[in-house]
Amino acid sequence: MIGADAIVKCLEAEGVDYVFGYPGVAICPFYNSILDSDIQTILIRTEQNAAHAASGLARVSGKVGVCAVTSGPGATNLITGIATAFADSIPLVCITGQVNSELLGSDVFQEADITGAAESFVKYSYLVKDAADIPQIFKEAFHLASTGRKGPVLIDVPIDVQNAPVGKFKYPDEVNMRTYKPTVKGNMAQIKKVIKELDKAKRPLICAGGGVLLSGAEGALRAFSKKHQIPVVSTMMGIGAMPTRHPMYFGMVGNNGKPYANRAMNESDLLLMVGARVADRAVNQPDVITENKVLVHIDVDPAEIGKNVGPAIPLVGDAKHIFEDMEKEASYSDYEEWVQTLTSYRDTMQPVRKPDPAYVDPAAFLTQLSEAMEEDAVYVADVGQNQIWSCGYHIVKNGRFLTTGGMGTMGYSIPAAMGAKLADKKRQVVAVCGDGSFQMSMMELATMRQFDVPVKIVVLKNNYLGMVRQYQHFTYKDNYSVVDLSGSPDLSKLSEAYGLRFMRLADMEGAQETIRAFLEKDESVLLECLIDPMDLV
Amino acid sequence: MKKIYSVLVENRSGVLCKVAGLFSRRCFNIESLAVGETEDTTVSRMTVVSSGDERTIEQIEKQLNKKIDVIKVKTFDEPASVSRELMLMKVKYNKNNRRDIMETCNIMHADIVDMSKNMFIIQICDVPERIRLFISMMKGVSIVELARTGTLALQKCLEAEEQ
Repeated sequence: MIGADAIVKCLEAEGVDYVFGYPGVAICPFYNSILDSDIQTILIRTEQNAAHAASGLARVSGKVGVCAVTSGPGATNLITGIATAFADSIPLVCITGQVNSELLGSDVFQEADITGAAESFVKYSYLVKDAADIPQIFKEAFHLASTGRKGPVLIDVPIDVQNAPVGKFKYPDEVNMRTYKPTVKGNMAQIKKVIKELDKAKRPLICAGGGVLLSGAEGALRAFSKKHQIPVVSTMMGIGAMPTRHPMYFGMVGNNGKPYANRAMNESDLLLMVGARVADRAVNQPDVITENKVLVHIDVDPAEIGKNVGPAIPLVGDAKHIFEDMEKEASYSDYEEWVQTLTSYRDTMQPVRKPDPAYVDPAAFLTQLSEAMEEDAVYVADVGQNQIWSCGYHIVKNGRFLTTGGMGTMGYSIPAAMGAKLADKKRQVVAVCGDGSFQMSMMELATMRQFDVPVKIVVLKNNYLGMVRQYQHFTYKDNYSVVDLSGSPDLSKLSEAYGLRFMRLADMEGAQETIRAFLEKDESVLLECLIDPMDLV
Repeated sequence: MKKIYSVLVENRSGVLCKVAGLFSRRCFNIESLAVGETEDTTVSRMTVVSSGDERTIEQIEKQLNKKIDVIKVKTFDEPASVSRELMLMKVKYNKNNRRDIMETCNIMHADIVDMSKNMFIIQICDVPERIRLFISMMKGVSIVELARTGTLALQKCLEAEEQ
């Protein structure tokens, strides 16, 4: 057995089903060893998408996503994907090949200091110097990636370490790291303080962030909110923690959120931020949210609490545990009047759009699309105007809404949708992107075809980088700079070239029928929707 | 506000870079940094002197704790600690200022640890404030080279017991 075999054994021991990646000489021992395994390899068309695909898989399966690429440019190409996962706290183990360890530091062909380069985007990184350390390192890496505040872990393995002989393989049963013991159970004294505030409060509100989904606390949140009649809003990463049409759900907050969600935030007298970073897009002026209300900040990462805003009650722990523990002590009061107020806001403060009937209206279209989608479908939104429309008009039933809220990496949707589909082939997966973000990942149409991953793709086409165009419309008085996408390919021909079914929707007439045909079979389809180039989100 | 962070870390390659990188990436200030092995060779102690407002000071401690290679962080004020800095200073002397230099060294408890016909190396180990004073006293002398360790500090015995 050699080091590369040991790596494959580690992945098997962790129950890995798929490895997304791209080979090169420095990772070839690994890709040779994995041929003898049941783990399926997916040849992605550019390394960044290997991390995105692993992210989509991780978010739907709840497991750690794995990717493996070669040294040098392979590794540096992966960085944007790693940074995207880091910003959204997605558990990944990223394996990079490296040049011979004796040549490290001498700038030989395809050498890049990837552990150094990725340092600020990883939860932790390893440079493996001895093949005998492989089982311990992989055990630790999977543990680090999937516990506490989740995130990507990088393992850089020089080619000679992959080829080095190792003795009998033994995967450690447990991890014992003296420096890493995340707090998942909330402090009971702090929880009691929160309960006391809930007893006193007239207008409590929960703001659910991505941490709720990462901890698998959707069920606990829904039950808690329903039982105690506490309304819920969410951040972008928290969309899907509550079904969109749940009576206690009052939309996404922030710059691009619903006006009634922001009003709920402003008028609440007790705000429970759960698994949310209080970052600029969700909470524009963090100091304001502590002014007229008691702020409780619940997060598994102690460093998030107090980073952007100083809460009255900090509570470190995993969302699921905390909702369960709060239930043990529950009494609380009657918030019926508050819920009625918010319900009337929601009924009366819906944004009004005046779409041009000559085009597809993204808002109406995306709502109709989501209504026609299966109950547990996965919807992946890309970045740009499409993302904001998706956040505003996609109806989550009992499925998932995936997007990159932290890094906002264009091109995320198609590879992430592939990962999501592979995680659960029974589920319907739809990726929605713009014509800018589509072109950042369109090379993956080949991967979809090669590995038969039936993902549905919607391209909202307006021939512009719409989000930037919109910014230039407001900020630079329509002086458009470098946002025109003329020269984009004919998507019908592109679909044909990749062997995809192609559909086009030019306006809202026949939208229902098109959506039905788009969704009907479990096969890849590309649906181009022509939208108003001058539309604003 | 000035704070001393006494940070126990895994004694592994790359750890200094990770901790220093954290300070630069999060725009935290480093006034001085000293690193060395402890009695346990698998553990190093980093002593970082930093400053900032209350939120920054709290964030530095939390972000340090978040680093996987960090074992333990202690944060304390200068008065609550015994802090020392070692400095070596190479100066040129001549027959006119030789006595003055030796006298200043004497008053400041600095030692002359090496010499040639026209140069001394002076060693001083003291609190950072007195090191600064010594440098200012030597401003009139031609300083050839100077090296400082940065502040080393341990929390005072009684303070640690009370915690």
